[in-house]
Amino acid sequence: MSWNIASFIFFEAAGVMTSPNIITALYVFALAAFLGYQVISRVPPLLHTPLMSATNAISGISLVGSIVIAGGTGPHHSKVAMILGFIAVVCSTTNVVGGFVITDRMLRMFKRKK
Amino acid sequence: MVWQTYFIEFSYLLASILFILGLKGLSHPETAKRGMHMAEFGMLMAIIGTLMHFEIVSYTWIIVGLLFGGLLGSAMGVWVPMTAMPQRTALSHAFGAFAAALVGIAEYYSYTHGFKPIADLDHVKMGAMGFEIMLGALTTTGSLIAFGKLQGIVPGQPLVYRGQNIFNMTLLLATIVLFVYLIFVPTAVIPFYIMLGLAFLFGILLVLPIGSADMPVVMSLLNSYAGLASAATGFVLGNNVLIIAGTLDGFSGFILSILMCRAMNRSITNVLFGAFGSVTTTTIEGAHGEMREVGLEDVAVQLAYANKVIFVPGYGLATAQAQHAVRELASVLENRGVTVKYGIHPVAGRMPGHMNVLLAEANVPYSQLYELEQINPEFPSTDVSVVIGANDVVNPDARDNPGSPIAGMPILEVDRSKSVVVLKRGQGKGFSGLENPLFFKPVTGMLYGDAKDTLTKLVSAVQHA
Repeated sequence: MSWNIASFIFFEAAGVMTSPNIITALYVFALAAFLGYQVISRVPPLLHTPLMSATNAISGISLVGSIVIAGGTGPHHSKVAMILGFIAVVCSTTNVVGGFVITDRMLRMFKRKK
Repeated sequence: MVWQTYFIEFSYLLASILFILGLKGLSHPETAKRGMHMAEFGMLMAIIGTLMHFEIVSYTWIIVGLLFGGLLGSAMGVWVPMTAMPQRTALSHAFGAFAAALVGIAEYYSYTHGFKPIADLDHVKMGAMGFEIMLGALTTTGSLIAFGKLQGIVPGQPLVYRGQNIFNMTLLLATIVLFVYLIFVPTAVIPFYIMLGLAFLFGILLVLPIGSADMPVVMSLLNSYAGLASAATGFVLGNNVLIIAGTLDGFSGFILSILMCRAMNRSITNVLFGAFGSVTTTTIEGAHGEMREVGLEDVAVQLAYANKVIFVPGYGLATAQAQHAVRELASVLENRGVTVKYGIHPVAGRMPGHMNVLLAEANVPYSQLYELEQINPEFPSTDVSVVIGANDVVNPDARDNPGSPIAGMPILEVDRSKSVVVLKRGQGKGFSGLENPLFFKPVTGMLYGDAKDTLTKLVSAVQHA
């Protein structure tokens, strides 16, 4: 049992999705979907634009995937993959930084009274 | 088991929790800023965690990429004007989706070119990767077209031709067939790249036939796809924080699409394939008569001696950059003791919440911004409603004429107020190409000209009234 958990974590970190893992991933997906629905339905229309730019910035987390590829992990790594990873790092970082900066800028503008 | 692995996993867990708390903060303007700071901190932790990855061989490209993207992102974040928010958002959907697609392609390349054991590329993994790449590719080009339309590079009218829907459907079907084939035969390299190409093409063709007025729905849908592409990346890389963040983004976009569609009383299918606002659907009948033009001085007097004034902004406010001028007029009126409110339709503008952000930028307190359901009962007790660059969202045909193409769409019922002033550039029609009976009603006065210019003149006219 403990071996299972250890191997699960190890494979996960190494970026290998084995078939039992897909079930765990589906659990995570389903729970995140329900939670997302609950949380986001409560956002008032007033803040829908900041919501969109915030979720954009957050989903820029794909940056962590890009970083691992751009860094050429693994015993063998391909130049092509590293270049693609590099472009992906640029795109996601732009989204993360731009998204958060702009969301902050927008939210600062919302004031209750002058 | 290496200590870095624990550190990475812990940073991802922390990031996931902080992202959810961050979005929860957005349920109120007062808590929103703090929420975003939590999400930002979570992101920072996840990035630091990832940099600890024990397998990373070279940091050169990572650092260069982070710096370059960081510069580009901050430049965009600081300098993009609020009026250009829809374009910026469309572009960031394209970036996010492109990054997801690239990660997928890089992974596939590594497997098929012997850099990773091909045996690991099983059906499940190929399925997730196919999803990631299809969604990523079509969202990239689709968002770029949306960006083009919003920026005015691509014509805003729907581009339609005969057999368009059949052609698009065939294209989509071909892409899906290749996808299914790849699940069974993951090593089929050529079909993989054809699928990639078709997905890029489909994105373009999907958005081209959609009119600018439907952009709020398209933006929300593309938001959803970009998020789901990120979630699929999480499945491919076996990374839970990616799955969580991507799913949150995906569902947020999905909820917004539903809200936007409901605000137009249309289905998503109708928006995507209906080519609304194209020449074919605009058979104009009904509304005839005289439009009554009013003078600036008359309007100024009406406003100056009113008890309650409601401003109804539309996309015209953004194009005329008139948000500051409205705010100025509102201040002058408030100083005279007039109650001022703003009625915001969910689909006013080009993206969800567009008008709220513009008015907030002009220092309008959010307590004065009212949603459709809140403001509608107030129109009968309103002396003057001022419509600024809005058209379809105040078209009474949606309520009164069951034969109208926009029948059933909830509207702001400005025609119930004692007097209506419509600020309009010229006598043209709205984006849906429909005649608006509001303009012919006896209570309505038309004030032609550039909205910003007119409002600025009204400010001094009211001061002298």
